[in-house]
Amino acid sequence: MELVFALAIGALTAGGVYLLLRARTFPVVLGLTMLSYGVNLFLFASGRLATGSQPVLGTAAQYADPLPQALVLTAIVIGFAMTAFVVVLSLRNLADHGNDHVDGDPKKRTPASKHARERRPL
Amino acid sequence: MTHWLLAPILIPLLGAILQIFVGYAPMPLRRVLAIVTSVLTLAAAIVLLNLAGDDTYRVYAMGNWQPPFGIVMVLDRLAAMMLVLTASLALLCHLFSIGGADEGTRQFHSLFLFQLMGLNIAFLTGDLFNLFVAFEILLIASYGLLMHGSGSTRSTPGLHYVVLNLVGSSLFLISVGMIYSVTGTLNMADLAVKVPQVSGDQRFLVEAGGMLLLVVFALKAAVLPLTFWLPRTYASATAPVAAFFAIMTKVGIYGIIRVYPLVFGANAGEMANLGMNWLFPLALATLIMGVIGAMGAQTLRTLVTWQLVISVGTLLAPIALGSQKGLAAALFYLLSTTWTVGGLFLLIELVRSQRGSASDKIVMAPQIRHRTLLSSLFFFGAVSAAGLPPLSGFFGKVMILQSTTSGVEMAWLWGTILTGSFFTLIAYSRAGSVVFWRNIEGEIKNSTPVTPLLAISTGALIGMSVLMVALAGPISAYTSATAVQLLDTRGYIQTLQAPMVEEGS
Repeated sequence: MELVFALAIGALTAGGVYLLLRARTFPVVLGLTMLSYGVNLFLFASGRLATGSQPVLGTAAQYADPLPQALVLTAIVIGFAMTAFVVVLSLRNLADHGNDHVDGDPKKRTPASKHARERRPL
Repeated sequence: MTHWLLAPILIPLLGAILQIFVGYAPMPLRRVLAIVTSVLTLAAAIVLLNLAGDDTYRVYAMGNWQPPFGIVMVLDRLAAMMLVLTASLALLCHLFSIGGADEGTRQFHSLFLFQLMGLNIAFLTGDLFNLFVAFEILLIASYGLLMHGSGSTRSTPGLHYVVLNLVGSSLFLISVGMIYSVTGTLNMADLAVKVPQVSGDQRFLVEAGGMLLLVVFALKAAVLPLTFWLPRTYASATAPVAAFFAIMTKVGIYGIIRVYPLVFGANAGEMANLGMNWLFPLALATLIMGVIGAMGAQTLRTLVTWQLVISVGTLLAPIALGSQKGLAAALFYLLSTTWTVGGLFLLIELVRSQRGSASDKIVMAPQIRHRTLLSSLFFFGAVSAAGLPPLSGFFGKVMILQSTTSGVEMAWLWGTILTGSFFTLIAYSRAGSVVFWRNIEGEIKNSTPVTPLLAISTGALIGMSVLMVALAGPISAYTSATAVQLLDTRGYIQTLQAPMVEEGS
């Protein structure tokens, strides 16, 4: 289980970092999401991995640490709000510059924005 | 256990919620309510400053959980000082914003107050994860504030700022996870007990977590390899927001001052002074980068954003050296530089509103109206920022220079700060003389009048450096006592024993 868990965190983080370094906002948003998944799993693992144990002290020899679960819940809620915001922000970036380059480079146009531009009445 | 500790959090929270409900009320009513909230927050911060003056730690345990199990708010001298600094800066920026910058969206005042609340939580909390939550609150409010205003110039720097800070939040969570996995606690006082006991292989995990946390704080503070997001972001924000953001880099510095002397300080055994040998050269490099940026600035706005970077470098160098005198000097300079830079941001907005299409570009333009007022304010701000006598920036820098003992570090610190100040002075003189003195023939259209409110709030922020000179004795006594309190971690660890249940009940 540990190996699978570690590989999952590693794959999510590596994919997230790769996507973060892309030049378009959509892959960047996806990269942020994947990175936050990796981070959430990592936080979860910081309370040690255990299956079928209770989050109560004294009931069994092995117990599940409830605190990382609370931390992960908080991180998920915050991450959700932040993702929603960054999606809206990239849409505004697209609307302001006519393309979804992260630097708002006006020379490079995406097919989607070109289409929108042509349809706009003069 | 005093309930006053929650006042700086609850007042802006309630005020912000109220702002959401009165979003469609007439503007004057909303403005009055918003300013009243800011004034009350400042009053609460001053009450806490008086409380903290007796060198004891005050603990507020949420839900009466005995530390380290619940979330605690801890008030000490450092927290109280940061609260007053933030609340005073916020009040003056808020006053400036009701001069017209708050129009355009209905959410300005609530976002502003939410950001104030996030900052206050960050300064009061005694829990590492709660610090993360506070950072998120102040960041999401700052994202909204940054996008406030019209035009399409803000979306790209705003996007960079948001993405970078989201990555920073992920790193924060990873470092929190690493530290928790070994120590089993996130209460800062408890960490200060547990971290020195960590040994063997586990030490490397905590060390990696600690270094990663330093990276997060360095990103917030804009230390050199992570500094390049700052100038464009701040230069694109509206004036009161940019001025209020002068405190945002100081939050990163606050995080370093709060966590590192306590958890990874001199008593941390094998991990003593973790990361500080890295921080010192990076701080000096940040200072140099800031000076280079200031020298090359094309607009007044950019000049002041690089001044922020310079002040981060100047502040972190003595903090990294970790002496008590250095810490006291850094805290003094922190007060001075935050107010001055905030005031300069506001002033530049006034200047650019007078210059029509020349805006705040450092180019020759026809003579502006209110030239005497604006240029003398600029003169005071620049003198304090560059660190010339007799204003407070000078005293801050002198105290920082005096705090070093002889050695290689002293040579580096003296050399960098003095050379840096000299070139900063050149940058300010060049900008000031081009903008205010070298006029061309003609007349400026579209200049908006400087109302007394705008002038007073700007003048008050810049005038803080005069006030700090007048009160230099009490303020430096306070910062010295703060440094003593910070470096003696036993008091903070004592907060674990704070009684949660009244005697006899």
